[in-house]
Amino acid sequence: MNNIAAIFKKEFRSYFNSPIAYIFITFFLALSAWFFFRGFFLVGQAVMRGFFSWVPWIFLLFIPAVTMKLWAEEKKIGTVEILMTLPIKDYEVVIGKYLASFCLLGVTILLSLSIPITVAYLGEPDGGPILGGYVGLFLMGGAYLSIGMFASTITENQIIAFILGIVMCFGLLIIGEDIVLFNAPNWIVPIFSYLGLGAHFTSILRGVIDSRDLIYYFSVIGFFLYLSVLMVTVQKWR
Amino acid sequence: MIEVINLTKRYGPTVAVDNVSFDAKAGEVLGFLGPNGAGKTTTMRILTCYLSADEGTAKVAGYDVFEESFEVRKQIGYLPESAPLYTDMGVIDYLKFIAQVRDIPKSQRSQRIKDVVDICGLEKMIQKDVGELSKGYRQRLGLAQSLIHDPPILVLDEPTSGLDPNQIIEIRNLIREIGKEKMIIFSTHILPEVSATCSRILIINDGQIVANGTPDELAGRARGEEVVHISIRGPREEIEAKLEELSIVSDFKRVKSDDDVCSYQIVSQNGKNTAEELFHFVVQNHWSLTELRQEAISLEDVFRQLTGNESATQPPAV
Repeated sequence: MNNIAAIFKKEFRSYFNSPIAYIFITFFLALSAWFFFRGFFLVGQAVMRGFFSWVPWIFLLFIPAVTMKLWAEEKKIGTVEILMTLPIKDYEVVIGKYLASFCLLGVTILLSLSIPITVAYLGEPDGGPILGGYVGLFLMGGAYLSIGMFASTITENQIIAFILGIVMCFGLLIIGEDIVLFNAPNWIVPIFSYLGLGAHFTSILRGVIDSRDLIYYFSVIGFFLYLSVLMVTVQKWR
Repeated sequence: MIEVINLTKRYGPTVAVDNVSFDAKAGEVLGFLGPNGAGKTTTMRILTCYLSADEGTAKVAGYDVFEESFEVRKQIGYLPESAPLYTDMGVIDYLKFIAQVRDIPKSQRSQRIKDVVDICGLEKMIQKDVGELSKGYRQRLGLAQSLIHDPPILVLDEPTSGLDPNQIIEIRNLIREIGKEKMIIFSTHILPEVSATCSRILIINDGQIVANGTPDELAGRARGEEVVHISIRGPREEIEAKLEELSIVSDFKRVKSDDDVCSYQIVSQNGKNTAEELFHFVVQNHWSLTELRQEAISLEDVFRQLTGNESATQPPAV
């Protein structure tokens, strides 16, 4: 626990000591507000569906940028050699780093609460879908972060980690989309539609938080965290 | 405290460490000496549990590096080559981070940090970011990091590389100072460094240990012959002809010849007062002597003989 806290503190601080956190927060808020307000006054309804349908795509570009450095940078500049020879378990480092990136995402998402506050001020929105949408953002963002961090354990090149992260998130996002399912062989359709990140997000957006969706997201997060631990351990004992 | 038996590490077809065995006791300062790529870093990485070996065992303070790596890591302070540090952290934050992971109780942390900052002479840098530090100070911070939990064993990989001569001497003194209480293993490819700081030397070449002994023992190995450097003012052909005849000279080589001054490097058997004989030789022939000095036979010769690599051993001008 102590070790996880130490790693968390170091990583979280390093986000705010470098421009990454500020750039991430600023651009995320600017982009999401743009996409939201662009359609908001045209539709004239107090809903946030527009916002929530854009965010998965914004995340797709932004989250791998947050996670790409987590391992790749350590390997590139060699700090991993000190880190991994400290008396610390591999999973503690992985979890500490993950939590740090998750908290950066949390801060960003909380700052975007200005949008629902505006909506509530201008009209009378239905709270359920908005609350559900925010839970969905955390879950989906959490899944992206886990995937992005795994991509970062594979390589020591941050650009490769970034692109790999995008590709993996994108793959998982679109396999549940109709256009993929139409063209996929029949037997694989139920698997794909279950694994697709987007479909679970849509069902949470309706304001119904189903335990199946929660289990799905937690499984994705857990699975990629596990892969990260495995990758880190394998690279050490190679 | 350290026991290494038949350690072998391969990277694909290359054998980085080849059947290496050695041990080291508490209170020793052990120098790993060898040309670049000899396997020093790999051996250290295995000892510090950063890499695994393919064959053989290594024990640190009684713990196996593969089976009980967690315990081993607690016993060791490690400074990897070129001191990789988080450049976006503050110096003090970095030390706090290491202290926390090293499980130093909260109440003692600031005292320990103050201690290592004193030992490593980092007082002036404490408010800065790691990224602002010069190479020498980074090296010191790396050393401070490795000392913070007061480990019985220190492993330092080329602690003086890339430093200026003053810094090299400072770090060396630091190593000698710390070595009074702890066991230190450090690697270098700079020869004077080991004779200046180590109580024992391991010379590694191509992954194998080619020599293991105190600096004196190793220097003694090369003391079969003596080298004298001499410059004589006189006619060159005549000097060389007479040198050929001289019985104490087993070999000579002209290093330089100006207008009328020739310099030679003369190899002779040990214990024959070569310098004195040469002086008489010059006087008898009515030439004049402009320079005469005994070349120190040192570790360099042992090193060159053992590693068979003349160019790898250029000592820096310190």
